[in-house]
Amino acid sequence: MNDDTTVNDDAVSVDFDDDLLETSVVDNIVTGNQAAWSSRETSEGAQELRRRDATQADELGRESGAVLRLSDGVVLDPTQIDIDRPDDETMILNMGPQHPSTHGVLRLMLELDGETVLRTKPIIGYLHTGMEKQAEALTYVQGCTNVTRMDYMSPLFNELVFSLAAESLLGVEMPERATWIRMLMCELNRMASHLVWMATNGMDMGSSSMMIYAFREREMILSFFEKTTGLRMNTNYIRPGGVAADLPDGWEDDVAVICDTILERTYEYDDLLTGQPIFRERQEGVGNLTAEEALALSLTGPLLRSTGVPWDLRRSMPYLNYDQVEFDVIVGIYGDNFDRYAIRLNEIRESIRIVRQILEKMPRGDYRVQDPKVTPPPRGRIDESMESLIHHFKLFTEGFKVPEGETYVAVESPRGELGVYLVSDGSSKPFRMHVRGPSFGNLQALPLLLRGGMMSDAVAVISSVDPVMGEVDR
Amino acid sequence: MSVTAIGALEGFAPTTSADGTQSVFTDLGRYHTLISQLRDSGFEMLVDLCGVDYLGHPGRSLPEAVAPERFEVVVNMLSLSQKRRVRVRVQVSEHTPVIDSLFDLYPGSEAMEREAFDLIGIRFAGHPDLTRILMPDDWEGHPLRKDYGIGRIPVQFKETPGPR
Repeated sequence: MNDDTTVNDDAVSVDFDDDLLETSVVDNIVTGNQAAWSSRETSEGAQELRRRDATQADELGRESGAVLRLSDGVVLDPTQIDIDRPDDETMILNMGPQHPSTHGVLRLMLELDGETVLRTKPIIGYLHTGMEKQAEALTYVQGCTNVTRMDYMSPLFNELVFSLAAESLLGVEMPERATWIRMLMCELNRMASHLVWMATNGMDMGSSSMMIYAFREREMILSFFEKTTGLRMNTNYIRPGGVAADLPDGWEDDVAVICDTILERTYEYDDLLTGQPIFRERQEGVGNLTAEEALALSLTGPLLRSTGVPWDLRRSMPYLNYDQVEFDVIVGIYGDNFDRYAIRLNEIRESIRIVRQILEKMPRGDYRVQDPKVTPPPRGRIDESMESLIHHFKLFTEGFKVPEGETYVAVESPRGELGVYLVSDGSSKPFRMHVRGPSFGNLQALPLLLRGGMMSDAVAVISSVDPVMGEVDR
Repeated sequence: MSVTAIGALEGFAPTTSADGTQSVFTDLGRYHTLISQLRDSGFEMLVDLCGVDYLGHPGRSLPEAVAPERFEVVVNMLSLSQKRRVRVRVQVSEHTPVIDSLFDLYPGSEAMEREAFDLIGIRFAGHPDLTRILMPDDWEGHPLRKDYGIGRIPVQFKETPGPR
């Protein structure tokens, strides 16, 4: 805590001045040296929230939540923000990355006036593991193992979007059963993901019983995943060319029990939370958002739908067989925390509705495409066929080659639009894989949602945005 | 204004990618204008912006009018009203990797441009806060460049253990 950092006026570089090492922390706070309290080891330098006089007007406006487009004439003029507020009347507070309510390693720096939040800056990257770089060193066969770890709450969506991108470059046609199995698993995963959100949101609101109930229900789904794929999470189940294994015997009964139980339990959640006055007080009218702001900030998923925009990729730009099932797109009106809660709760019910239709419609057939260049041969064939042995060997050493080209594929994950931009150079490894994580975009809403609110509502708002840091940082 | 009309206006014909989306190629000078025209013609959301380093790529298919450069900025835009996407691809040279920021048109591009700056090293002129976002602030180099090594930990094998 003894180190001292001074911030340059050019707002990019940070100099370390050893001469100032002796200056005490208290002195620095009195003199307004904002970075003084952070030691050199943990400082993120220019990525942190800075004093008002060291921040340029555009950035100050952004941190204060002024997002509307300048050209529309309805913008909050950055010069109109009370930039002259003396810094000794406000306090810059660091929250995270090690904070139980930040859902992982999200770090926020908040400027507070008393308990009112004036400015916010999310600082991310604490979970960055270089997955996009790693993907360039892995074949398409191995790629799913990598991407499944991004959004660890909904791993199957990561696998799905990566596989769809690879398949769109390959130009292979999926068997019907593989498509329906993918839909089934993804909808179950959406339920599991929303259940975790219900649990952690309840926990953030002080309802720890919700935490236990929702995790209990989620465990049923994860047990089914384990039965089908061998793993509860990070399943590596959906792969380019289909899925890894067929559904287990008796899966219809398992899924029917999951649907019946969870649907019934969602009505218990209504009793526990939806109608509860304390919960509603904390949720209604907190973290308000308009449709214009949501579009400008590239927000997707429940955040966008809570403002009344009926945008769900499953309905608007259908992929898989979502055009063959009936479901409702849940939208809100006010764009507040309670709308987002209601959307997620009802999306669990809609997913149950979709899963029940899939139960009836599941066709017989192959669960992966019968193309020896993409799909490994069955174990039995390797013993008797030379070609199968060669295909198997080539697939797992070299992988399959994907034609040169580039593609962007997006699916509706529980958090919003999950997209993959894939560039292939004709080899068996992606030349570039970029993942558009919905949480990465959604985090940009935080300065807007928190501005003017109370510090204690910040916890509710972060929870309501539902960021998964594995996907934000990748 | 349709996408085809914009492509003709800019002098570059749109091409269709493997996913069926139209790609519009433009150059650095007309990039900002093109995006603002697209915004006015109903593309409400800038869904994704990323940089690609094409160093060592054996040859990508580009329209004849487009001279390939090392870097490319790819912008994926979405029209909710027309339910379609369009992709804008801009060539950015290796020596001066600078391109206009879209922050004034789409505030949501802020984090994406910072990510492209952090990982590829493309600078965005007019960006309010162009700092690293995923890597630590004192990190050297831009990891997603092709000449940036992936890094590895040397493995040391001990002597063969004796019989236990």
